[in-house]
Amino acid sequence: MVLSVLLRAMAAMALTGVAVIPVCRRHGTGPWVYGTVLAACSIAFAAALGHLLAGAAPLTLTLPLGIPWLGAHFRLDALSAFFVMVVNLGGAAASLYAIGYGRHESEPHRILPFYPGFLAAMNLVVLADDAFVFLFAWELMSLSSWALVMAHHRAEGTARAGYIYLVMAGFGTLCLLLAFGLLAGSEGAYTFDAMRAGALPVSLQTLVLVLVLLGAGSKAGIVPLHVWLPLAHPAAPSHVSALMSGVMTKVAVYGLIRIVFTLAGPPAWWWAVIVLIIGGATAVLGVLYALMQNDLKRLLAYSTVENIGIIYIGLGLALAFQANGLAVGAALALTSALYHVLNHSLFKSLLFFGAGAVLSATGERNMEHLGGLIHPMPVSAATFLVGCAAISALPPLNGFVSEWLTFQAILISPDLPQWGLKFLVPAVGAALALSAALAAACFVRAFGITFLGRPRTPRAVAAAEIDRSSRGAMVVLAVLCILAGVLPGLVVDALSGVVRELTQGSSLPAQSGLPWLSLIPLSEARSSYNGLILLVFLTFTSTLIALSVRRLASHEVRRAPAWDCGFPDASPTTQYSAGSFAQPIRRVFGHVAFRAVERVEMPEPGSLQPARLHVHLRDLIWDTIFAPIQKVVAFTTEHLNGLQFLTIRSYLALVFGVLILLLSGLALWP
Amino acid sequence: MAVIADWLVQGMQMALVLIVAPLLTGLVRKIKARLLRRQGPSLLQPYRDLHRLLRKEVVLADNASWLFRIAPYVVFTAIWVAAALVPTFATGLLFSWSADLIAIVALLGTARFFLALAGLDVGTSFGGIGSSREMMIASVAEPALLMAAFTLSLLAGTTQLSAIANFMLSQHVGLRISLGLVFVALLIAALAENARIPVDNPATHLELTMVHEAMVLEYSGRHLAMIEGAAFVKLLLYASLMACVFAPFGMAAAGDGPLAYLAGIAAYLVKLLLAAVVLAVFETSIAKMRVFRLPEFIGTALMLGLLGTLLLFVTRSL
Repeated sequence: MVLSVLLRAMAAMALTGVAVIPVCRRHGTGPWVYGTVLAACSIAFAAALGHLLAGAAPLTLTLPLGIPWLGAHFRLDALSAFFVMVVNLGGAAASLYAIGYGRHESEPHRILPFYPGFLAAMNLVVLADDAFVFLFAWELMSLSSWALVMAHHRAEGTARAGYIYLVMAGFGTLCLLLAFGLLAGSEGAYTFDAMRAGALPVSLQTLVLVLVLLGAGSKAGIVPLHVWLPLAHPAAPSHVSALMSGVMTKVAVYGLIRIVFTLAGPPAWWWAVIVLIIGGATAVLGVLYALMQNDLKRLLAYSTVENIGIIYIGLGLALAFQANGLAVGAALALTSALYHVLNHSLFKSLLFFGAGAVLSATGERNMEHLGGLIHPMPVSAATFLVGCAAISALPPLNGFVSEWLTFQAILISPDLPQWGLKFLVPAVGAALALSAALAAACFVRAFGITFLGRPRTPRAVAAAEIDRSSRGAMVVLAVLCILAGVLPGLVVDALSGVVRELTQGSSLPAQSGLPWLSLIPLSEARSSYNGLILLVFLTFTSTLIALSVRRLASHEVRRAPAWDCGFPDASPTTQYSAGSFAQPIRRVFGHVAFRAVERVEMPEPGSLQPARLHVHLRDLIWDTIFAPIQKVVAFTTEHLNGLQFLTIRSYLALVFGVLILLLSGLALWP
Repeated sequence: MAVIADWLVQGMQMALVLIVAPLLTGLVRKIKARLLRRQGPSLLQPYRDLHRLLRKEVVLADNASWLFRIAPYVVFTAIWVAAALVPTFATGLLFSWSADLIAIVALLGTARFFLALAGLDVGTSFGGIGSSREMMIASVAEPALLMAAFTLSLLAGTTQLSAIANFMLSQHVGLRISLGLVFVALLIAALAENARIPVDNPATHLELTMVHEAMVLEYSGRHLAMIEGAAFVKLLLYASLMACVFAPFGMAAAGDGPLAYLAGIAAYLVKLLLAAVVLAVFETSIAKMRVFRLPEFIGTALMLGLLGTLLLFVTRSL
C-alpha cells in the first residue's frame, strides 16, 4: 500500500516532467509544475515517515517493466523509507522555494522538464530492489541533474563543469555496474534478494567495496573524487543546487550503505580503515577548500564535501564495530551517520536557498562584491544564520547532536581489538574536531562577509528581500534545524528501525520515554545531552539578563559614525574582505594543503603605484591526479588525430595489419 | 522539597559564578601589579567598571544591525550557562547531566561564533582583523580542547564533568602520563581561549594586540558591560574546569546539605586564589608572541591532547 503510494507519487513527478514539455516555454507554468511536485513530495514524505515510525515490515512489489524476464523489483524497508523521507523533504522544500524563485528564471524550459524527473529518479534509486532498476535510476538521476547543471549553459564555466560532471558520473556508474556484476555472481542474479542470500569470496568482496567507493563515493564527493562537485553544484539554479548538495549526495550515501552493509556480506575490519581514512581526509580537506572560496555557492559545495566526510567517519566506525561484533557501537555510529545525513540535507538545502536569495537579490555570487545584506534581507539573513550555526555544530542546533554522537562513538572505540584501528580512530577524532572548528570559521566568514558589514558594490546596496514562498521554505527548514537539535531523542528513535535493520537487531535504547526528552545513547553515567533543557536554560537566562539590564542599566542608545579607533574610513573597501578574513588560516594551513605562496609587491618609495598582494594556491589533488590523466588523454588524442588524414592505401594497409594481428592472436590463443 | 533544594543549589551555583567572576579577574590584575611592584587597582575595580558601563549610554555605529545588538546577550548567556554547568563547589547538580564536557566546549564555540560575527557587523577593519584572528586561534584551540576532553573521558569512561570529578577523587587514578599531557594541553588552550599572554594581551586597550579587544572595539555602554562580564565569567569557567578535573578536593556531592556546600565553596575559593596566583606569575614571566607563532604554540596543545588520547587507546593504564 505505502509502496504503491510512493511509486504513484514518483510516476506523477515523472509524468509532470513529460507533460510540461509542450508548454514549458509559456509564462507561468513554473508555479504549476513546482506546486505539483511539492504535493507529490509531501505525500511521499508523509507515507515514508509513517512507514518508518510504524516500524512496519519491508514491503515488496514487482512490476512487469524493465528486462522482460526479470521485471522491476521495488522494496521499501526502513533504510529506504528513511532515505525516501530525506529525498522528499528536500524535494518539497526546494519545490516550495522554487514556486517563487523560479519566476526569476530566464530560461525555465531548460529546467522544468528535468526537475520532476530528477526527483523521481532519486526516489527510484532508493526504492530499487534489483541491480537493473538501481542502475537505470542512478543514471537517470545523473543525466537529469546534468541537464539541470547545463541550464545556464552560456554562463562562464558551466560548460566545463558539465563536461567534468558527465565524465565523473559515467565513471561512477561504470564502477557501480561492475560492482553489481560481481555481486550478481556467475548465475547473474540481479535481484537484491539473491545478492543478500549469496556469499562472495573475500577477494571479490574487497573488489566490490573498492568499486562502490569509487562509484557511489564519486557521486557523494569524497576526496579525491570530489573535483566535479564544486564545479557542478554551484552552476545549477539554486534550488537545484540545494537538491544536488542536500539530497543527491545522500542518495549516493544510500548507495554505499545499501551495498556495503546489506548486500556485500559481513565486513572485514580493515574496510573500516579505508572508509575512515577517506572520511577524515574528506572532512578536513573539504572545509579547508571551502575556507579559500570567494564564490558563496562554491563555498557551500565544498562544505558538502566536508559533511560527506563526517558521514563517512560515522559509517567507517560502524563498519569497524560491526566487523568486531560490537553491536552497540555499530548502532551508535550508524545512528550518528544517519542523523548527520538528515541534518546535512536540512541545513545545506537551507544554505543554498539563502545563496539563491542573495543571487536573485544582487545577481552576485562573489562574496567580495556583497556585504550588509542583513539590512535589506532580514528574513533571509536570520534563516541563513540558523543554517550557518547549525552546520558549524553549535548547540543547541542539530549539527551539534550528530557530531556529539560521532564523538561518543569514537570514545567507545578503544574496545576495538585491532591495532590499526586503535591508532587510526584517535587521529580521525582529531580530524573531526579540527573540521568542526574550521567549519565555524568558514561560516563566520560566509555569513559575516555576505550579510554583515557595509555593502561593497552598488548591487549589494540595491538588494531587496525575496518573495514569500522562498522565504517560507527557508523558515520551514530553519525551524526543522532547531527542532532536530532540541528533540534529538525523537530523531534517534525514528532512526532505530533503520539501525536495527543494518545491525541485525541492535539499536540504541528508546529515547522518547526518558525524562525531560534527554538523549542518553549508552548509559546515563557515561554521557547524556539534552538540547531542550539547554535551549530552555539559554532562553530563560537570556530573558533574565535582558530584563535585569532593562531594569538596572541605562536605556539610552545613540547612533553615531563607527568608531574604528578614531579613523573611520568612508570607503567600504577598507573593510575586511573574504580574502583577508581567510588570510590567517591560509597562513596556518594553506602552506601544507595548497602550497600557498603569498607575494607582496611594494612600490618604490615615492611611487604612486598601489602595493599588491598576490596569492597563489594550488589544487594539489587536481594537479597530481586529474591533470596527468588529462595530459595523457590530450597526448593520445592529438597523436591519433593523424589517423583522420591518411590516404586510402594507408587505410587499407592498416586494416590489413589489424587483420593479421587479430588472426595471429587467434592462432596463438591456447 | 528535594526538587526545590536542587533548584536552589543550581541557582546558587549560577549566582556564585556571576559574583565571583569579576573578583577573579581583579585578583589576577592585582597580583600582576604587585609582581611588577605597582600598587594596582582595587580588587573591586572590575565590579566598578561593570557598574559604570551599565549606566552609560550605548553608542551604536550607524550601520549596526540587530545582530550587533543581540550578540552581547547571546555571548554572555552562552558563557554563563556553560559556567553554570561546570561543577564548582558541588558535583551532580540539577542540570549537570543536560550537557557534558563536549557540549560545554561547543557552547563556548557558540559564544565565539556570535562574537566574531559581531566584530564583522559594523564593517571596520579592526573588527575584521579581530574576528579573523580569533577564528584562526579557535580553529586550533577548540580541537585541542576537544582532544583534552577525549583523553579525560577515556580515562574516566564518561564525558560528564561531575562523573569525571568523582573519578579523579577516587583512589585508583594516581599519576599518569596522559593526565600530565592533558594538563599542559588544557592550560595552553585556556590561555588561548581567554586571550591571555602569550596569545593576546588583556591589559591593553590599544588595538595593537589585535585579537579580542579589536573585535569588540565598537561596543560601548551596557553592551560592552555584557562582553566584559562574559570575559570575566569565561576566565572563571576555565579556572573551575581545571580545578574540577585536577583538584576536585573538597567538592560536595549533590544533596550533601548546607554545611558540605559551604565547605565546598570555601575550597573552591581557595582553588581560585591559587589559579589567580599561577596565572599572574605565568603572565608576568612570559612575553606575548607574534600572531603567526601562535599556531605552533596552540598546535602543541592539540598534539599533546592527541598524544594523550592515543596513549589511552593503546593502553588504559598510562
